[in-house]
Amino acid sequence: MNFILIAVIALGAIGLIAAVVLFVASKKFWVYEDPRTAQVTDLLPGANCGGCGFAGCGGMADALVKGVDAGSIEGLNCPVGGPDVMGKVADLLGMAIANGEPKVAVVRCNGTCEHRPKIAEYAGLRNCAAMHACGAGETACGFGCLGCGDCVEACRFDAIHINAETGIAEVDEDKCTSCGACAKACPRNIIELRKKGPKGRRVYVSCVNQDKGAVSMKACKVSCIGCGKCEKECPFGAITVENNLSYIDPDKCRSCRKCEKACPTHAIIAVNFPAPKPVEPKEEEATA
Amino acid sequence: MNIKTFRIGGIHPEENKLTHDVATKVAELPKQAIFPLSQHIGKPAKPVVQKGDKVKVGTLIAEASGFVSAPIYSSVSGTVFKIDTAIDATGYRKPVIIINVEGDEWEESIDRSDKLETVEAHPELTPEEIVSRVKEAGVVGMGGACFPTFIKLTPPPTAKAECVIINAVECEPYITADFRLMMEHADEILVGVELLMKAAKVTTGYIGIETNKPAAIELMTRKCAEKFGGSDYQVEVVPLKQRYPQGGEKQLVDAVIGRQVPAPPAIPVNVGAIVQNVGTAFAVYEAVMKHKPLFERYTTVTGKKLQNPGNFLVRMGTPMKDLIDACGGMPEGDNKLLAGGPMMGKALTSVEVPICKGTNSVTILSDEEARRKEPQPCIRCAKCVGVCPMGLEPYLLAKLSEVHNWERAEHEAIVSCIECGSCQFTCPAHRPLLDNIRLGKSTVMGIIRTRNAK
Repeated sequence: MNFILIAVIALGAIGLIAAVVLFVASKKFWVYEDPRTAQVTDLLPGANCGGCGFAGCGGMADALVKGVDAGSIEGLNCPVGGPDVMGKVADLLGMAIANGEPKVAVVRCNGTCEHRPKIAEYAGLRNCAAMHACGAGETACGFGCLGCGDCVEACRFDAIHINAETGIAEVDEDKCTSCGACAKACPRNIIELRKKGPKGRRVYVSCVNQDKGAVSMKACKVSCIGCGKCEKECPFGAITVENNLSYIDPDKCRSCRKCEKACPTHAIIAVNFPAPKPVEPKEEEATA
Repeated sequence: MNIKTFRIGGIHPEENKLTHDVATKVAELPKQAIFPLSQHIGKPAKPVVQKGDKVKVGTLIAEASGFVSAPIYSSVSGTVFKIDTAIDATGYRKPVIIINVEGDEWEESIDRSDKLETVEAHPELTPEEIVSRVKEAGVVGMGGACFPTFIKLTPPPTAKAECVIINAVECEPYITADFRLMMEHADEILVGVELLMKAAKVTTGYIGIETNKPAAIELMTRKCAEKFGGSDYQVEVVPLKQRYPQGGEKQLVDAVIGRQVPAPPAIPVNVGAIVQNVGTAFAVYEAVMKHKPLFERYTTVTGKKLQNPGNFLVRMGTPMKDLIDACGGMPEGDNKLLAGGPMMGKALTSVEVPICKGTNSVTILSDEEARRKEPQPCIRCAKCVGVCPMGLEPYLLAKLSEVHNWERAEHEAIVSCIECGSCQFTCPAHRPLLDNIRLGKSTVMGIIRTRNAK
């Protein structure tokens, strides 16, 4: 009898002490968490891809709520969820949101096997970063796609793959969420997040080679040689040539495609345009 | 006799010193010489010539552009053709100065006589004067790393030099340039050693030579006794057991004076040693005594399939193609071209790459020799751990790099890796260990740099 009593009293006492400690701790260490954060987190896609620039969706939700308190959530955008999700979030938070135009990853290299001949064989680790550190790679172009798929590994949406025939990374536009993971993984900064453009139509320079014209031509037949013809042709001043490389500013480009026709090496590519006259055989390939 | 060597790890690859007994030939002048502006560790040099300028042998063409940098001198006389880009040993196009060669006219300031100058005959050579002449002449470490020599000679105030160790190990297979240099210019090298010791304000010196070069050990020991016997300087030739990578700075310090250099950022001088390559000692002699800037070097051109492999005294800027042609041309079939030896050398994709300050060898491996075998799963045999001269765990570091666990990789001291390749050489499963580790090392070093910059 005594035995049982002692046990009951002892356990009861321990329970009481623990309860008091827990109560004190819960009061003392209480942290205010905005209930909106949890609500916003629920709305976000939960991919935790980091495409917004924060460490996962929780971080983004935190930033959004803080933004509301500061008066603006401009510049915060979930590339995965797109306007839908951001609209819902804005409604919840009672904010107007200026949606950025949707973007898509663009692989700026068109140096397929037939255009860019192999001059050496690389036998080391099949990894773009390792190959990049060893030199120009298997072709003479020190800027182009290495085709080992660091971007494929980085993509969490199965949206980028190496085309076995061309040896170049290709983006699946429907799956791409423009989170930018591939662009970060590419050791050569070939991948750019570009505006999708109206109806997905866009014009861009599919090359990042900064060598002089003769040198880059020798390495790859479809490289940008920095001749500047496109710059002269462009009626909107959207094109600049710097370091022997042309760049089309997506904000200024009106997709007139004059530069595409002017480019002597077909380095400028227009995608998703209807093809009235099939003049450019490259177009299908470039639907990257 | 107990022959010294370093304490942990090491391998013994097949030597293949094909050109051991081939006397050095003077390489023909190239038609066009190419001078990369980045031939050393540190900032690239800044050109001081323009297109169309006339230069002589020994004319300054690019000046040092920072503290860790080195000037570059023309090795030929002629006209500056252009300042452009060309593929260098990194495999990428980098800024270069290209000079069209016309005749062979030297700057008058260079003493071209064979007369052996001694330190005693030049009392004006204070330690500061030696360091400044070495700096002026653009002398960098000739073993391959190309670290500016003058910086090594002026250690940070926290460290005190106690001895100079001359690296004449040449543990890398195939290469014989340092051996031939010792056999042909022992006296000059010893004057160079004396200059280095004087500049570093020490009186003790060691010359580490592996036992596969008995002729060099015998010759250097005799010359040392003749030169330094009875003087204030004590220079000892230390025969070392053949073991790769004994030529690594830290391994050599351990082998010769039995001290271990702590993990980076510690350098050999933190344990009292200044390590200089034997080629550097020779370059220092020529720079200080003959007023000859660094523009030519000893280079081995070798390969089992090469018709006449040989050792050359070659002007920098000479395309490798010229040297390979002088050895009978590129062998037929697929070959692997390396700047350096088979262990540490850098694979190249062009024969037009010029010889630079650090090119100790041009090695051509045949397809069969160079081809990698299919990697198999790791069987945890720990051979890589056993051979790692830095006491690291290569299998682990490789895996950590593969899965991008940079934090753990840093904790496991990935930055201590000297990239000697012993792990990959010894791996029975042919795993690409060093490929992965190198990748991890550069990433972790980048992370550390960003953190320190904050």
